[in-house]
Amino acid sequence: MTSPPAVSARSLVKRFGDFTAVAGIDVEIAPGEAFGFLGPNGAGKTSTMRMIGCVSPVTDGELRIFGLDPATDGRTIRGRMGVVPQLDQLDSELTVIENLLIYGRYFDLSRAQCRTKADELIDFVQLDEKRTSTVDSLSGGQKRRVSIARSLVNDPELLLLDEPTTGLDPQARHVLWDRLYQLKERGATQVITTHFMDEAEQLCDRLVVMDTGLIVAEGSPRELITEHVRREVLEVRFGYGRNEEQLPALDGVGQRIEVLPDRLLIYDDDGEAALSELHRREIVPDSALVRRSSLEDVFLKLTGRTLIE
Amino acid sequence: MSHTLSSWGPIRVYSRDWTSFRFVWRTALFGSVAQPLMYLLGVGLGIGELVDGGPGGAAALGGMSYFAFYATALIATTSMFVLGQEALWPTMDGFTWSQAHQAMIATPLTPRDVALGKGLYYAFRGLFTSGGVAIVLACFADTRSWGLVPAVPVGVLTGLSFAMPIAAWIATRQSDNSFSAILRVGIIPMFLFGGAFYPVDQLPSWLAFVARLTPIWHGIELCRGLVLGGLDMATGLMHLFVLVAFVVAGSVAATITFDRRLRP
Repeated sequence: MTSPPAVSARSLVKRFGDFTAVAGIDVEIAPGEAFGFLGPNGAGKTSTMRMIGCVSPVTDGELRIFGLDPATDGRTIRGRMGVVPQLDQLDSELTVIENLLIYGRYFDLSRAQCRTKADELIDFVQLDEKRTSTVDSLSGGQKRRVSIARSLVNDPELLLLDEPTTGLDPQARHVLWDRLYQLKERGATQVITTHFMDEAEQLCDRLVVMDTGLIVAEGSPRELITEHVRREVLEVRFGYGRNEEQLPALDGVGQRIEVLPDRLLIYDDDGEAALSELHRREIVPDSALVRRSSLEDVFLKLTGRTLIE
Repeated sequence: MSHTLSSWGPIRVYSRDWTSFRFVWRTALFGSVAQPLMYLLGVGLGIGELVDGGPGGAAALGGMSYFAFYATALIATTSMFVLGQEALWPTMDGFTWSQAHQAMIATPLTPRDVALGKGLYYAFRGLFTSGGVAIVLACFADTRSWGLVPAVPVGVLTGLSFAMPIAAWIATRQSDNSFSAILRVGIIPMFLFGGAFYPVDQLPSWLAFVARLTPIWHGIELCRGLVLGGLDMATGLMHLFVLVAFVVAGSVAATITFDRRLRP
């Protein structure tokens, strides 16, 4: 017997009054997969996550989690799922261990089970020395780790992470990524929303790019980059507002040029070659940088907008 | 591991609030013992001296002392104050600031479990409050009676008859701007006009009519009757029925508004 997909959505729609947050999306997420929803604020990521989390009724279309219908089996589904919300929803005046014990009880675990699990998870998120500290006294990164620990009390088969590292410093992000990677190795399905490209590239096997409630692209991070942009980008700056006028002189350089107010992005499989061509034509920008293409570039190409505005 | 659940949901929600009770128990104790004691000494003894000695005072109160008349009302009014406030800010906190309610419904718990679990916790606070007042009243000869025992759950019901409708309404609010207005135009007038300080017959007839529609009047009358006697069975049951009706209606409304708020 093959197990049903962790998540399967057909023409999924979410409307709030006249406003359409999700405008009909198809998604299928296999067990064990790390799947990303990528997009700017307001793209419909969080609405989609809330429907998958069985805390927001589906307006139209079909949604199945573990092959079950959220409308009738919401309780059962939520019992097999862990959620890390966008903003920590911890009981901030209580201690780390209390947060975990109380949350475990919401899943009807026995007190003994809660205790065993809480010890294991505090160890997993490396907060042993903060065990009896109140959540209030923790740093942002530590609170996030408590949120992750709490979402794991019921050994979830599916973990929903809504912008898990927004607002964290780089070091805290890496600690978190490391934990999520370990969880993935253990076989938990992960669904992640983010507007950070590097995060999606780090964490997701496969992702969809969402914009205005629709899916505009789908694939692995590498596939999306190969399909929609070139391997490398040459970023050149000629000064604010003076970038577009350079276009005629740049004709034929690179495979494609994107004009932004503050810089030009020249896509090519070999960025250094493009830069050499600039030098050969004696075009001297204020600054030039060759980097690997990222999902940010994919998003820019697909929507004409940057992700973080 | 499979997870199925359960009518235990409200208990789980209650346990979380119970864990937090240790941060407020001192304030709660003050509210349920020291504060009513102050009211009792200030109003009951002070004004009582005037009323009981005055012409026709004792007759208007049906022969009981003013101290006893006023003191028995405190079982209901203190619970109304404490539970009314518990249903305001701490409940709002779960929806907005801490988002504890959102965290709960991400688990097998449902909005209904949250609403009823809050209700259980209000009831516990009510028990703590009315129980404290009853203990204070047991210290005075005028109000020492076995009737204090059944009066305690009546105090709890009175508090819930405010807390549940308030909680239902809170779930529709985005900010706490209007909360102090609830206290000023809702709860304090009921304290003043609901029959705690004098029989509502003393009021103009239209105002007396309004007072009799409020749950606080029924709570006060029932507590007073249980402790001091002079209440027939039918009237007592009528008071009880009204209180229960307010609690049930408030709870049903809360399960609906909590669901709308938490599962948009």
